Amino acid sequence: MEIPYTVEVRRDTGLTNGKIGIWLFLASEVMLFGALFASYILIRTGAEHWPRGDSILNVPMATFNTLVLIGSSVTMVMAWASLVRQRFDTYRIYMGVTILLGFVFLVVKYFEYSHKFHDGLFPRTNNFLAIYFTLTGLHMLHVAGGMAVNAYLWGPGAKLWKTNPVWFTNRVENSGLFWHFVDLVWIFLFPTLYLL
Amino acid sequence: MTNDHTTTDHATMDHGGMDHAADIDKQVRIYITVFVALMALTIVTVAISYLHLPTAMAITVAVLVATIKGSLVACYFMHLISEKKLIYAVLIVTAAMFLPLLALPVITHRNGFWIH
Repeated sequence: MEIPYTVEVRRDTGLTNGKIGIWLFLASEVMLFGALFASYILIRTGAEHWPRGDSILNVPMATFNTLVLIGSSVTMVMAWASLVRQRFDTYRIYMGVTILLGFVFLVVKYFEYSHKFHDGLFPRTNNFLAIYFTLTGLHMLHVAGGMAVNAYLWGPGAKLWKTNPVWFTNRVENSGLFWHFVDLVWIFLFPTLYLL
Repeated sequence: MTNDHTTTDHATMDHGGMDHAADIDKQVRIYITVFVALMALTIVTVAISYLHLPTAMAITVAVLVATIKGSLVACYFMHLISEKKLIYAVLIVTAAMFLPLLALPVITHRNGFWIH
């Protein structure tokens, strides 16, 4: 069965089905992270004492990771722009760098987590660490998921460019929307958890 | 509902109204500008944290800078600055649900309505 409106826009929505689909998905993601942020606010405002993030967490590593994720967001949008410019080889480079930066982000988080575990700091230790591991862990899963989709679009999924370049470009844009959302979540997680 | 891949006259790269490759050169310059702004604002965020402002002030400033950064990502990288009405409608409904969700714990804490 053929998926409708992957290339042409629907007259009633003015959008392809993939585009409206990814935005509805992102809306649900906003509510998912919103619930966790609300839990964080509730727990923090209700606590008698709450540690500053920088007294427990590694700010330089997180700052580096923030710059890495922002960098990956710009390479992602440049990958899409390369396809619009009909430059497939350039797309491959930008998308490859995006995946690589996502990998760097996860490696840095691995070292952060390892250091915490080595120091005997676990989610069960206190409420701050519980919310820290929950929020950053869920975010990491999103990074990994985005990397998997991007890797598909870099590798086997890129065959679509030869037969239907517009559809492929729309797919890359939709994947990019998810990736930018993951970046956007981190932009709020970073100061909330590490700096306040 | 069919999707005829053989007719490309109305086929479009669905990215917020930018249907011409010529516009992309201008967009790429904007992406680079936004990228530099995001990097600078990240440094500003960290620098401010070293000032050890009072908690309320620190939260206000951090959330403000994060909101500016988030808006840049949403408006330019996610093309929300020139999207279709339906996308805005989806986001307005989302905001109508999301903002009370965040406000609820703050309001209840200040009034002591639910907790105490």
